Amino acid sequence: MTTKRVTLLILAIIVIASPFFFPSNYYYRVGSLIFVNGLAVTGMVILIGYAGQISLGHAGFAGIGGYACALAPVHLGLHPGLAAILGAAISGALAWAVGRPVLRLKGYYLAVATLGLGILVSMVLANEAWLTRGPDGIEVPDLGLNDLLEAVGIDLSNSQFWYFFSGLVLVIGAWVALNLYDSPTGRALRALHGSEIAARTVGIDVARLKLQAFVISAIYASLSGSLLALQNKFITPDVAGFMHSIEMVTMAVLGGVGSVLGAFFGATILTTLPQVLTVFQEYEQILLGLVMMLCMIFMREGLLPSILRALRGKDK
Amino acid sequence: MLNVEGLRSRYGRIEVLHGIDLAVNSGEIVTVVGANGAGKTTLLRCLSGVQPVTGGTITFRGENFTTVPAYKRLGHGLAQSPEGRQIFTNLTVEENLRLGAFLYVDDRVEKDMANAFAMFPILKEKRNLVAGGLSGGQQQMLAIARALMGRPSCLLLDEPSMGLAPIIVAQIFDVVKSMRDLDVTVLLVEQNAFGALKIADRGYVLETGRVTMEGAAEELIADPRIREAYLGI
Repeated sequence: MTTKRVTLLILAIIVIASPFFFPSNYYYRVGSLIFVNGLAVTGMVILIGYAGQISLGHAGFAGIGGYACALAPVHLGLHPGLAAILGAAISGALAWAVGRPVLRLKGYYLAVATLGLGILVSMVLANEAWLTRGPDGIEVPDLGLNDLLEAVGIDLSNSQFWYFFSGLVLVIGAWVALNLYDSPTGRALRALHGSEIAARTVGIDVARLKLQAFVISAIYASLSGSLLALQNKFITPDVAGFMHSIEMVTMAVLGGVGSVLGAFFGATILTTLPQVLTVFQEYEQILLGLVMMLCMIFMREGLLPSILRALRGKDK
Repeated sequence: MLNVEGLRSRYGRIEVLHGIDLAVNSGEIVTVVGANGAGKTTLLRCLSGVQPVTGGTITFRGENFTTVPAYKRLGHGLAQSPEGRQIFTNLTVEENLRLGAFLYVDDRVEKDMANAFAMFPILKEKRNLVAGGLSGGQQQMLAIARALMGRPSCLLLDEPSMGLAPIIVAQIFDVVKSMRDLDVTVLLVEQNAFGALKIADRGYVLETGRVTMEGAAEELIADPRIREAYLGI
């Protein structure tokens, strides 16, 4: 079996089978958060893992996705689902416009430029209170899908519905990312990751491809923000905050940024840890930094690939 | 086929190519030899479009190529096997070859791949392995095979013998020589002057950014100045 099938199978099994071990409704809520983060992190795999570019501002796109679901239904009369798609389109367009100049930068410069982008978005969300109602956040209308399911006889609690719905979106997102991996575009992205000069000599338009990866990952982040807003029925500018951007990168790097499954495990660990270690809440940011540092020093490929390698090493 | 006139290029304020004139005719194997730092690699970087040209022109098949971006040059038939065997080390051998044919979506890709495997059986054996795990000689073969996947009419080779064992170097030069049968014109930049001149039709000697000698390859090999300076005889 190919990596693609194995990954999709494992993800599907996780989504479907985990509820059998859930002692209470609360776990659906955590599971759904994992899937929402997993979706954003899958976008990071495309940007960081495939294309080798960094972004410290992707939470900005999550903010756009989230606030689109809050604002578009009220001001434009759009269905919340369509609002999520509108948010994704806006995020994609912004990524495209900003990415053209920004992706010429490399390394630290790219990190700082994207960081600025994320902070700008979160400041707009926090300060333009006439539209966004400022730092206190804003309520988000119901997606209405759960009522629809109830009408046809599928009775799910709110957290159950969001658990399965987010799980489904994650599996679809993973499927798209895995298809991209083996496509000519995905190969070209991985090629420019290795050597931009060599990539150019085989006819790859490096600037255009980087931009594509940036736009695609922005759309993932945006949809993840929308999912979060819709299931919480509430959103605050924190979703676009710097810490959230760092979280996305840390989850991807911790799990293994080269693989969709690895990144998902990163999302799982870093979403679950704060729930388990509520005592450490105040130190969450310190812990994140520590995890990141240890990862970069001891497991540069990330948790999952390192573990797999260690297991393989033992076989020999 | 490929004409270079008065080519100048600089790194910052330091000019390294001071007006190079060079021509490669269709079907030829032409070599540029010279010592370290003579500007050979810079010359090739200009030809492949990854190095800014500050003066002069590059013409390829009658078209002005001087400012054509690097990624568009292969589409015109100018392929390059870049310096230091720039293969994609994290990708498999097969993926490297497929990337060589990045511009094409048709049946010929599979045929070209079969040809590449026929030419380099070792690559077929290792097609699903990560290219970074190949030996230096195999990586060089992969770099050449990848360039051929781009269906070039002219191939630029940057020091294919660099860092390889003598027996492998001989193999690589045989491969370069066989480009004649494939109707691929070759511009070969080499520090190994003797090996390069032996398989070439014509040669240029580059010294500190200037062409100091040019002529038929066998004449250059016989020239006492060259023998002394580059062939160590």
